[in-house]
Amino acid sequence: MTRPLEPFSPEDMARRRRRNIALAVVLLGLVGLFFITTIVRLGGNVAGGGAP
Amino acid sequence: MAGSQNHNSATLATPAGGQGSVGDYLALLKPKVMSLVIFTAVVGLLAAPGQIHPWLGFMTILCIALGAGASGALNMWYDADIDAVMQRTAKRPVPAGVILPEEAFGFGLALAVASVLLLGLTVSIPAAALLAFTIFFYVVIYSMWLKRRTPQNIVIGGAAGAFPPMVAWTAVTGTVDAGSIALFLLIFMWTPPHFWALALFREGDYAKAGVPMLPNVAGRAETKKQILIYTLLLIPTVLAPVATGTGGTLYATAAALLTAKFLADAVALYRAGDVAAENAAAKRLFGFSVLWLFALFAAILVERLAGLPVLGAWF
Repeated sequence: MTRPLEPFSPEDMARRRRRNIALAVVLLGLVGLFFITTIVRLGGNVAGGGAP
Repeated sequence: MAGSQNHNSATLATPAGGQGSVGDYLALLKPKVMSLVIFTAVVGLLAAPGQIHPWLGFMTILCIALGAGASGALNMWYDADIDAVMQRTAKRPVPAGVILPEEAFGFGLALAVASVLLLGLTVSIPAAALLAFTIFFYVVIYSMWLKRRTPQNIVIGGAAGAFPPMVAWTAVTGTVDAGSIALFLLIFMWTPPHFWALALFREGDYAKAGVPMLPNVAGRAETKKQILIYTLLLIPTVLAPVATGTGGTLYATAAALLTAKFLADAVALYRAGDVAAENAAAKRLFGFSVLWLFALFAAILVERLAGLPVLGAWF
């Protein structure tokens, strides 16, 4: 099934830009989450003596 | 491709879609449902015996919230046809036409995979497995299988909303035990009277959409009877957190008072004589049921935060 083809309006482009910015923020947040989690887990393992 | 033959942006031809705003995508996550899921999960996390690093606790709640959002998005993808004919749901992004069903599906699936992977990689594999099962249960067992087939959809499907505190509990303890089952049962047994009260005063909506809710299949009288029966079943259910050593004196007091009021509202609904009185009583019961669940979990939360003693497990 094909959908009707329509040009993007300036409003569509503005919404797309805001979605892209939101996605960038989410991805950067994910990097931060993994970084902090790594530090937390690494810190716990070091304090616990690490793997035998 | 049309666009490659003419680079004038005013005439670029593109497929429909891509119309949703950031707010529309947030609406796909069912933020109101998500807030209750987060709250009950926080209580499950704090009520569990054992310790978890605060950051890993935060990650657990984040992943459960993402999983709940994923379930909401996948539900809106699958149920777009019935959402469109129900007044309560017609303005959701998919039936409103601002987000395509396939966009909602992709968004929901990506979130579901991300939430389970993130929880498994950073906190606990058993908790991640339970979260994956929760999403599967809500989307496949409830939305795809039960919802359009049986008036008991809510009874079984209610389990999906009852899992989040159990997932959080499992993130702390690594296992499913009696205390987490007690919290599960509170939400599980609360779901039928809560949603059947909603279905009573929204009966026309569900009938129009062809969803076999109890009032439009078994009738209003039978629905009122079932609400009363399930409310009576709440009495032993509210004892479960006390019996397992999860709730203390504050919880027990709140449970006794609030469940007495819940039962009084259910009896008032059962005795309501005409449709107008039934709808008024059903709205009152529906509103109070939300407060009931919130207050009981809040009592456990306060007990944990204040360091109040629990009454001790009965077994």
